[in-house]
Amino acid sequence: MPIYSKEIIEHFKNPKNVGKIKKPSGRGEAGNILCGDIMTLYLKIGENKKGEKIIKDIRFETLGCVVAIANTSLLTSLIKGKTIKEALSFKKEDLIKRLGQPLPPFKIHCSVLAVDALKEAIYDYFKKEKIEISEDLEKEHQRITKTKEELEKRYKGFQSFEKEILK
Amino acid sequence: MPKKIKKIYLDYAATTPVDPRVVKAMLPYFSEKFGNTMSLHSFGQEAKEALEESRGVIADLMGAKPQEIIFTGSASESNNLALKGVALAKASANQGGHIIISPIEHACVMESARWLESQGFEITRLKVDKYGLVSPDDVKKAIKKDTILVSIMHANNEIGTIEPIEEIGKICREKGIYFHTDAAQSFGKIPIDVNKMNIDLMTVSSHKMYGPKGAAALFIRKGTKIEPLIHGGGHESGLRSSTVNVAAIVGFAEAARICEREMKKEAKREIKLRDKLIKGVLEKIEGSYLNGHPRERLPNNINFSFPGIEGESLIMQLDFLGIAASTGSACSSEKLEPSHVLLAIGLKPEQAHGSLRLSLGKWTKEKDINYVLEVLPKVVKRLREISPFKR
Repeated sequence: MPIYSKEIIEHFKNPKNVGKIKKPSGRGEAGNILCGDIMTLYLKIGENKKGEKIIKDIRFETLGCVVAIANTSLLTSLIKGKTIKEALSFKKEDLIKRLGQPLPPFKIHCSVLAVDALKEAIYDYFKKEKIEISEDLEKEHQRITKTKEELEKRYKGFQSFEKEILK
Repeated sequence: MPKKIKKIYLDYAATTPVDPRVVKAMLPYFSEKFGNTMSLHSFGQEAKEALEESRGVIADLMGAKPQEIIFTGSASESNNLALKGVALAKASANQGGHIIISPIEHACVMESARWLESQGFEITRLKVDKYGLVSPDDVKKAIKKDTILVSIMHANNEIGTIEPIEEIGKICREKGIYFHTDAAQSFGKIPIDVNKMNIDLMTVSSHKMYGPKGAAALFIRKGTKIEPLIHGGGHESGLRSSTVNVAAIVGFAEAARICEREMKKEAKREIKLRDKLIKGVLEKIEGSYLNGHPRERLPNNINFSFPGIEGESLIMQLDFLGIAASTGSACSSEKLEPSHVLLAIGLKPEQAHGSLRLSLGKWTKEKDINYVLEVLPKVVKRLREISPFKR
């Protein structure tokens, strides 16, 4: 059995919703301290006929492995058009279920990244629009920020080493 | 590459295909000359003869005596035997318990050392410079009264850096300390002389030089104190009991014969291809750099870092295009740790993240290199477009 399912390979080969949104309604970043993956996610919020807030458009950029890229592509295609409430209730387990074949255990953490970035983007949108933030979302925001800060610390010193080695 | 495979294999450092001439030499030893080397009858003696002839061939290629070669099942086994075997022999004679290694050894040396540490031995892990070179001076300084063994690899498997083992061997010889070198990546590719280089123990492997898997050897200089790890019927001078895998060893020897004849010319050819690929990639891919030493390097090794992308994604994209390569990215390892070699030369985890190893071999053609130069920049560009770190 190959390590990755057809679904993963398909999304990795042709990832959907890659890129940026100019003037996004919300922007979220997440990093994975375990392996150094990092991701940015952009949202455009609109309204449906019932007047509910929905995710009108969603785009992402990922520095990451096959699973990180494939899962983000899958998540964005599942979440597009959904209400914010639906998006917030989305869990990594929902993603893993959709992948057709169990992920190797050491790859599970790569699926968290996309879900985290989505939460951060919604958090950012809530802040901008002064919408009340639930305790749960606030907690998640704290956790994700901490991970991200640690990663950013690591990314520093990037340039200096490269300059030296390129001499 | 043998005919059937149309893909471009650039992972010769992981393992090599078996040379068809080697397969031919091995074939009689499965069903025809299948005897047990310990049997007294003609079947056994026939096998024994092939074993001893093979021992002579392997010894020849490194300037050793046949009786100084012990056949094992893998380079990992040889390295385990070298470290643990010497440590146990020296400890039981109360002759010290300090071992010096480099920080870029293969996992089988790193882990053997770690295990010995847990058993009460003291391990010094030296530093390497940004190219992965061990300084002989550091070795000299690290040697203590109770040092029993220095183990520094000949050439690194990931970044290809060739260590100054002749100088290190000289220091060890002067101090009367055993010197072991893991030459799994270099044997059959570049010249090695155990006497000139003052080597007391050396690990070599068949499947890295177009021989079959399941055969390797440890050179043990005459008079070196060492204990076996596998006890039993007393094969291999009592240092490695196990029924001898004659077919694989015959293949190993045939591979060594071929390397002896073709090594010089092949190294020259590979260096040309290697340098063409390095130059081309550094020119075409912005921000890319070479890991490892620019000159003191195995003829067939290339290791790049491409900031802004991740290695496993890169390997998969290349695989879609028929190119087989490898990476030191944490995402590709079950332990989720980036390559210890790349970290030791000073890379940050995120730089090891975007690393790519391409290792060439005798079936690598110039048109393969041209193909890589054509598609690799596109693949990196595509992954960078997905990445938040744009260049």
